[in-house]
Amino acid sequence: MDYATLMQLLASTVRLGTPLLLACLAGLYSERSGIFDIGLEGKMLAAAMAAGAVAAMSGSAWAGLFAGIGASLIFAALHGVASITFRGNQLISGVALNFLASGMTVLIAQALFGQGGRTPPLEGAARFNPINLPFVDAVRDVPLIGPLYAEVISGHSILVYAAMAFVPLTWWILYRTRFGLRLRAVGENPAAVDTAGVSVVGLRYAAVAITGVLCGIAGAYMATALQAGFGREMTAGRGYIALAALIFAKWRPWQALGATMLFGFFQALALRPDVVESVVGRKVPVSMLDALPYILTVLVLAGFVGKAIPPRAGGEPYVKER
Amino acid sequence: MTKLPNWADVVLVPLVSLLLAAIIAALVLLGIGQSPSEALAIMVKGAFGSASGWGYTLYYTTSFIFTGLGVIVAFHAGLFNIGGEGQAQMGGLGVALVCLALPWPHWTVALLAASIGAAAFGAAWAAVPAYLQAKRGSHIVITTIMFNYIAAALIVYMLVDVLRPPGQMDPASARFPKGASLPALSDMPLLRGFFAKVNADGSPKLNAAGEQLYSNVPANVTLFIALAACVIVWFLLWRTRLGFQIRAFGKSEKASQYAGISPVKITMIAMLISGGLSGMMAVNNVMGAAERLLQNSAEGAGFIGIAVALMGRNHPLGVLLAALLFGFLYQGGAALGLNTTIPLEMRIVVQGLVILFTGALDQMVRMLLVWVFSFGKKGVA
Repeated sequence: MDYATLMQLLASTVRLGTPLLLACLAGLYSERSGIFDIGLEGKMLAAAMAAGAVAAMSGSAWAGLFAGIGASLIFAALHGVASITFRGNQLISGVALNFLASGMTVLIAQALFGQGGRTPPLEGAARFNPINLPFVDAVRDVPLIGPLYAEVISGHSILVYAAMAFVPLTWWILYRTRFGLRLRAVGENPAAVDTAGVSVVGLRYAAVAITGVLCGIAGAYMATALQAGFGREMTAGRGYIALAALIFAKWRPWQALGATMLFGFFQALALRPDVVESVVGRKVPVSMLDALPYILTVLVLAGFVGKAIPPRAGGEPYVKER
Repeated sequence: MTKLPNWADVVLVPLVSLLLAAIIAALVLLGIGQSPSEALAIMVKGAFGSASGWGYTLYYTTSFIFTGLGVIVAFHAGLFNIGGEGQAQMGGLGVALVCLALPWPHWTVALLAASIGAAAFGAAWAAVPAYLQAKRGSHIVITTIMFNYIAAALIVYMLVDVLRPPGQMDPASARFPKGASLPALSDMPLLRGFFAKVNADGSPKLNAAGEQLYSNVPANVTLFIALAACVIVWFLLWRTRLGFQIRAFGKSEKASQYAGISPVKITMIAMLISGGLSGMMAVNNVMGAAERLLQNSAEGAGFIGIAVALMGRNHPLGVLLAALLFGFLYQGGAALGLNTTIPLEMRIVVQGLVILFTGALDQMVRMLLVWVFSFGKKGVA
């Protein structure tokens, strides 16, 4: 594998890692507040469909983005009502919402466009197109650093850079603000937060709403930047891989960046059987490469995480004593 | 909050949940410009309106009984097995390998061997997530989901590169030998009459030689194994020491550990039984109906097991009834796909709604009923 190929691989790592990163940070807020969310997948899917549909109808990627966030927020609100207000089983609620999203997206896309559950292909301003960072052409020919800057760092859509910016932002919110302190506290010991006079329900709804917004961006990115339009089941388990990355990262933002980029790299490898063959030295079946991200996720969960301790109150509905 | 009477908790809560799910589903149909009442009529007619409709409904029911039972055994141990889909697909691989291995002399022998193969492959596919949960603390929900994706890829590999007969284009195994062909319900002496074909005027439809013709249905002898499995699972969970240990472990891991129940052992055993039951589903669809292994053979039945288990309130009898309900939804949904422009995905929407209302919003339904019941009491006083 030569340097240029490596750069290509890394560039596609960033592109494929971005939805994972957004979904992973989304899950981080929810789970830190004590609400398990395996419905990241469904929220991304709903957002992807809404973004694809609205972008196709309006011709504006930004309109699509807001529609995606809106759709994802609806699902987040349902999850909040089920798991916070009615103290239902959070895992089951997530599974239910994933199925609901899986069916509803096809139903609505079919009713709107009649193209077998897809949205029409997007082009021009209906997509988030790559942005060239300053001095790209000047730096491109510099050895080593040039291609790295031009291919891997520059040339992504604005949502990629936004996702990267969310990492320090999340760190700052989580560890340097009052909201962040309370958010972490409510996931560990909601009774203490309640005693301090802060609303457990309010904090958890806020966290679930942030989860909705971030999943919305992730889904919109899938349909309007990574690909040109929505296709059925287009998220293909990314919500679950993001969850695995979250566990791998032990619910911390910078580690989430590392974990999601690692999984993004696995996905990038799966798209390049030729590179894998040249490195391994023999022909590898494509289906094995498809399974690679999932197998590696299991390996990561099994071996290298060490002891991943989730927020203590995670999954437990909070019952206020009267 | 006052408690509901027991009968209301067992009967009324699932029924009201179902009603709510149905109302939302109707609203969804209205939203995409379809008529809910027309859709329901087509579904009922498609699923129960004819003998062949029944044949398909019972075929789906059989599959859902297996996957539903698989989910409840894990549920009783406090484990949420979302991997039924992958386990059912692997069960299919087990069935295919057994059926293709020998020229089976009689279907009873083949059925026994294939059942063991299906259960063994399904259980093996559940064993890894179970071991990782028990020994390494990897969350079983995530690992079983990952194993669904890995199973799908593995089946594609097996069908494309290993099991596909030379010269065949589509990724599927060879047809199973004649001796491995299971009798359908319409081949059985006692049940056969039910599937007799009739002419429009009600007279029996005969072939050229004057013999009675019967509809071919996919429902097969596996239905009786599924019914037996309900009884066996009930006996296992409520009448054996192991069942007690599973339920105790599910209720309180700490208390059961204090009572000398090994968490590793129970996690492994419960998941092996759960995966085995999900794998057994393949006897119905792969051996009983398709008679060869196809890609994506489970067709989502593994996931429906979750809805069936929740709807059936974690009891084998409930699973049986819920599986029949989902059999109706599936066959009725297929009739919708044939006769209307409503996409097949409507079935997934209904499935999601049922899981949402019976599994996650059951507390809401209970509160609602308590509120309604309190009216009755005030009226008396």
